[in-house]
Amino acid sequence: MSEYVLELKGITKAFPGVRALDQVQFQLKKGEIHALMGENGAGKSTFIKIITGVHLPDEGELYLNGERTEIKSPKDAQKLGIAAIYQHVTCFPDLSVTENIFMGHEKISRRAKRILWNDMHAEAKRLLQELGSNLDPRTKMGALSVAQQQIVEIAKALSMQARIIIMDEPTAALTTRESEELYKITEKLRDQGAAIIFISHRFEDMYRLASKVTVFRDSRYIGTWGVNDIANEDLIVAMVGREITQLFPKRQGEPGEELLRVEGLGKTGYFADISFSLKRGEILGLTGLVGAGRTEVCQAIFGITDYDKGRIFLRGEEIHIKHPWQAMESGIGYLPEDRQKQGLVLDWGIGRNITLSALDQLSSRGWVDEQKEAELAKSLAEKVQVKAQSIFDLASSLSGGNQQKVVVAKLLTAQLDVIILDEPTKGVDVGAKSAIYEMISELAAQGYGIIMVSSEMPEVIGMSDRVIVMREGRVTAALDAATVTQEAILEAAMVSQTIS
Amino acid sequence: MTGNTLEKTSLGARFARFRELGLLLFILLLSIGVQLRNPSFLTLENINDMVTNTAILSILAVGMMLVIVTRGIDLSIGATLALSGMIAALTVSAYPDVHPLWAILLGTLVGLLCGSIIGLLVSKSGILPIIATLGMMNVFRGATFMVSGGKWVSAHQMPASFKAIATGSILGINTLIFIAIIIYALFYYFITYTRTGRQIYAVGSNPDSARISGINNDKILWLVYTIMGGLSGLAGVLWVAKFASAQGDTAVGYELSVIAACVLGGVSIAGGSGKISGIILGSILLGMLNNALPLINVSPFWQMGIQGLIILIAVVINALVKRGVDRNNLMRRRI
Repeated sequence: MSEYVLELKGITKAFPGVRALDQVQFQLKKGEIHALMGENGAGKSTFIKIITGVHLPDEGELYLNGERTEIKSPKDAQKLGIAAIYQHVTCFPDLSVTENIFMGHEKISRRAKRILWNDMHAEAKRLLQELGSNLDPRTKMGALSVAQQQIVEIAKALSMQARIIIMDEPTAALTTRESEELYKITEKLRDQGAAIIFISHRFEDMYRLASKVTVFRDSRYIGTWGVNDIANEDLIVAMVGREITQLFPKRQGEPGEELLRVEGLGKTGYFADISFSLKRGEILGLTGLVGAGRTEVCQAIFGITDYDKGRIFLRGEEIHIKHPWQAMESGIGYLPEDRQKQGLVLDWGIGRNITLSALDQLSSRGWVDEQKEAELAKSLAEKVQVKAQSIFDLASSLSGGNQQKVVVAKLLTAQLDVIILDEPTKGVDVGAKSAIYEMISELAAQGYGIIMVSSEMPEVIGMSDRVIVMREGRVTAALDAATVTQEAILEAAMVSQTIS
Repeated sequence: MTGNTLEKTSLGARFARFRELGLLLFILLLSIGVQLRNPSFLTLENINDMVTNTAILSILAVGMMLVIVTRGIDLSIGATLALSGMIAALTVSAYPDVHPLWAILLGTLVGLLCGSIIGLLVSKSGILPIIATLGMMNVFRGATFMVSGGKWVSAHQMPASFKAIATGSILGINTLIFIAIIIYALFYYFITYTRTGRQIYAVGSNPDSARISGINNDKILWLVYTIMGGLSGLAGVLWVAKFASAQGDTAVGYELSVIAACVLGGVSIAGGSGKISGIILGSILLGMLNNALPLINVSPFWQMGIQGLIILIAVVINALVKRGVDRNNLMRRRI
């Protein structure tokens, strides 16, 4: 018997126009948690889909326990004990937890082929309890939090008696506390003898869990290392292909006069007593656990939702914003977290994307002044430092980080002073992150006041001039860049909560 | 991560659990209201009449629910119904001695065929359901005129045995109602206890994951349109027997009533959810409106408006409930 439960050699897969995988190899041992890292588009997803039988490789060999195997369909993979936990795709929101667990391998009576609901509910309950969860298996999947849904997905893998479990960015949408629970479950699975491939953009995941790390870049296999045998910088170089000398760019200039002041802002049931101020050229980090009320505060400032207490001052004058368009007119822009990817028309050029929401100011009598449009697009593209040949390049040709820059440029067609960015780097790879950080600090240097909502500690610490920490709807700390530490933020974010 | 959810649930989420109860309550209130205005409403005779009229609508609603659950829509059913009814009527008028059961079978087969063509269009060639069924609606409607040569098959051309399908009774229950009950029982079992039945919901809830879970989405799509066609064919024969007349323009626009019954019954147009109990109530409510509004002397012009209004209200309530449920999920996140 082979040393490896799963081994892939020389896997190549091409889609029309793209070579998604080029001679890739991978080895997985029993009882191992193996991190798979690489930038978005490095080929990780395609690679996973080959193991799970969603795609067939054009070339290459796959061995299970040393035996050459062909996985032709997702069903094959299931039968061979391979399960994948994707971040969202596999869940059926309208169906019950039980059905989600048993989809594709329902328990049915032998003769009548009748679904045995009671057996399935009981088994689902047992599996969930094994994972330390007492969810009701009759609950609809859509009614669960992301973390709970992932537990269900893991229960599904258990129910199929999977020996190889692939987790595709499972922590991307989880809070610190939820991630910790997931780590524990993952370790438990490993201790029971499962082999786990763990894909993540978070280094902390890798250090906490994995013993090996494999890096893909540009559809190619770069290398495999023991997690403790490779320095962080070298790993980044392996992933990005170039050295990112400084993830967080140096900041220039001193903050100017006060732009925005919030006094005692409150909304029953969501947040209370929120006070802070923002200066010109300043980056204010707003952090805390997911659900602490950060987004709600930003939405209240931007006029998406109402607040029922407190006052907001903009440039020294009290303002009452009831609608987002009022906020835009007075100079406040807000970029919600899900807008960053969806905010683009991919088969349009960069320029047209940027000016899409500004056609009013560019047109007279219903006709768009194309020259004016091009000028505006160009100046804004420069402002956010989009890296492209021209403004006519298609948005789809840009990297993730550059696409986000275009979305921000689009926002800037309005005359803004304050920019609120909600989780600007969520789910993007390290190369794109560094590009976004550059843009943010460049915008601050140009005199914008920036509120950056973020759950990622290093980013909050590295980018912000000041940090506001929220917990359960209240501000629990206001820290200065000079004194802020990861511990201080964590303490303020969680105090009374124990990481159990 | 465990089940320590907050006790707070939003109003919408609480309402969602009692959706059917709410609908039932509305039906009861409406009955009482109409009864006070016109005492002949809740007589055995009128109730029987009402339920018989609702039977065909509710049979079609079962098929439409399955289609909508897969995120589709079928606009062709009125035409399929007319074509199957016409072919059955022509057959019995040519061969008066044929047992009515054969007529029912023939109509259902024609419907199955129509449905399976649409199923192939939707599943294999990936044409949007609304377009595919809109196109086939015209094809089937045209075919109805062609097979009949533009003429009607009227009551005197149909043998009494055929017309008795709608007037006769089995075990003391009107045949139409009896058939509807059988269909409901059959499909309740199908969507609750068979893998194929559950797969319909899986495909509607998330087509991508369904594919990854090893479900043959194309087969499921083909199946639901074929079932819809079969039920339309069956309904066509029943319709023609009931009204004792087959015409080229039989049931024009009827698909919209069927869709309305589904929407009233809480079937989500976004796919993935819909219950048998819901569409029974939806069909009954719609049937009741048709019956009750004339009884309390509402002008026919107003009737359509009132029906439309009630459907809109149902959709708005649905949307509010959904928003409530979503908000409820967010609240739970704040652990």
